[in-house]
Amino acid sequence: MAQFQLPDTLMPSHLPDAFVELRGVTCGYGDKVILEDIELTVPRGKVVALMGTSGGGKTTVLRLIGRQIKAMSGQVLLDGVDMAGVEGETLMAARRRMGMLFQHGALFTDLTVFENVAFPLREHTDLPESIIRDLVLMKLNAVGLRGSRDLFPSEVSGGMARRVALARAMALDPELMLYDEPFAGLDPISMGVAARLIRDLNDAMGLTSIVVSHDVDETFLIADHVVLLANRRIIAQGTPVQLRQSEDPFVRQFVQARPEGPVQFHQPAVDLAHDFGVAR
Amino acid sequence: MSWWHPADIGLALREKAADIGHAARLFLRLIGTLGATFKRGRLLSEQVHFLGNHSLAIIMVSGLFVGFVLSLQGYYILQRYGSSEALGLMVALSLVRELGPVVAALLFAGRAGTSLTAEIGLMKAGEQLAAMEMMGVDPIQRVLAPRFWGGVIAMPLLAAVFSAVGIIGGWVVGVVLIGVDPGAFWSQMQGGVDVFADVGNGLLKSLVFGLTVAFIALLQGYECAPTPEGVSRATTRTVVMASLAVLALDFVLTAMMFSI
Repeated sequence: MAQFQLPDTLMPSHLPDAFVELRGVTCGYGDKVILEDIELTVPRGKVVALMGTSGGGKTTVLRLIGRQIKAMSGQVLLDGVDMAGVEGETLMAARRRMGMLFQHGALFTDLTVFENVAFPLREHTDLPESIIRDLVLMKLNAVGLRGSRDLFPSEVSGGMARRVALARAMALDPELMLYDEPFAGLDPISMGVAARLIRDLNDAMGLTSIVVSHDVDETFLIADHVVLLANRRIIAQGTPVQLRQSEDPFVRQFVQARPEGPVQFHQPAVDLAHDFGVAR
Repeated sequence: MSWWHPADIGLALREKAADIGHAARLFLRLIGTLGATFKRGRLLSEQVHFLGNHSLAIIMVSGLFVGFVLSLQGYYILQRYGSSEALGLMVALSLVRELGPVVAALLFAGRAGTSLTAEIGLMKAGEQLAAMEMMGVDPIQRVLAPRFWGGVIAMPLLAAVFSAVGIIGGWVVGVVLIGVDPGAFWSQMQGGVDVFADVGNGLLKSLVFGLTVAFIALLQGYECAPTPEGVSRATTRTVVMASLAVLALDFVLTAMMFSI
């Protein structure tokens, strides 16, 4: 497959002040390789989208950055520090600089909305209760859920749970936000709200954001830079406009949501006639 | 390929060894959380309350019935030798040394152990433990440790309650229903039960059982596959493994206590 090439000046590795860098990273689970030789640079202050087919290793990139898994080879750099050697307290401190929004929110089901957002503050600070209350209500206000503070996660909708999780991920004012499928399973209104929130928070708080998604429209609306993953590799990257204009067959198939193209509907299988026992 | 193929055996052994390694590491880490857990008294007392108080009903009812039966069977045997006055002593020794710690631990595994496994397993399935890790909070310290030490504290207390209620049950059947002399019932018990050799050893046993049951329950929850069937299997394994471990350890501990 032909590599979609950008002009050199736009290649992200030439952008100064990278906050997250993946250098020649190969990783996987057990013997199965999910990502191969990934080169990725996330510049400070930008919203970078990781897109690709389901199971293509997008979430794995987030797990690499959060050091929930280790790379088989290559380096993952957070603000210039190689995450491979980071352990224990230092790892916890590095993770405090990131906020991660999990696909289904991953709220603590035994705590109220308020207590969920207060959790990181209570764990990492000795702030008095009145200040924690104010901070939590500010975060909840930012996602529009100040009035739902006393509800339990089971009592809020999927979109609301995602916003509570967003408030919780931001509670400690992280520098880097990781979003795992923030739009999956949301209705169009909630989806638009979520997209707007991601962009506005990023700009208002001076964050760096990585959004894993396969919703082309929403993601292209808010991303500064889009990276397309397929077949374990980065096959194209650029601004949303550049990707929309791309002639690359995979990019076209993905952006225009076509069933036919380089990505086949049928997974590899034995011969049809053989499977149904009609082969002679 | 048949099941005894050398490569299969090798793989199975390797996986077993890795499992044991995981378990041992988790155990050491939990033991290492002792100081930090006791500093956060509220989390710990919540768990003692949850694991202990919520198990009280089943422990007390079971203790009462075990006491009833002990008294009936004990009287049947003792009166053959004309020593039915020793009924109180027999009931108390059986409960304090053996039945209290063991039966309470088996009930604890079924009542509290399963809920621990399911809770941790579902937290894992819902990515709550991963979310905690990503917040820079160690889930072993924050979630597992208070439950572990809560179980270790609750178990001896529950065993003591079990024994106490059992002795009352024994008194109801022996003295009130059968008519054994109450003075003999209590004084023989008072004279024959040693604080250290009997009560102390019983408490020590239940402490070990509490450690075992809580650890097995947490391990199963923490290592389970994050799916519905994974959690259900882990819950079953908790009851089976914890019960077997309690019975086997009971034999070992009793043998050791006899030899000292």
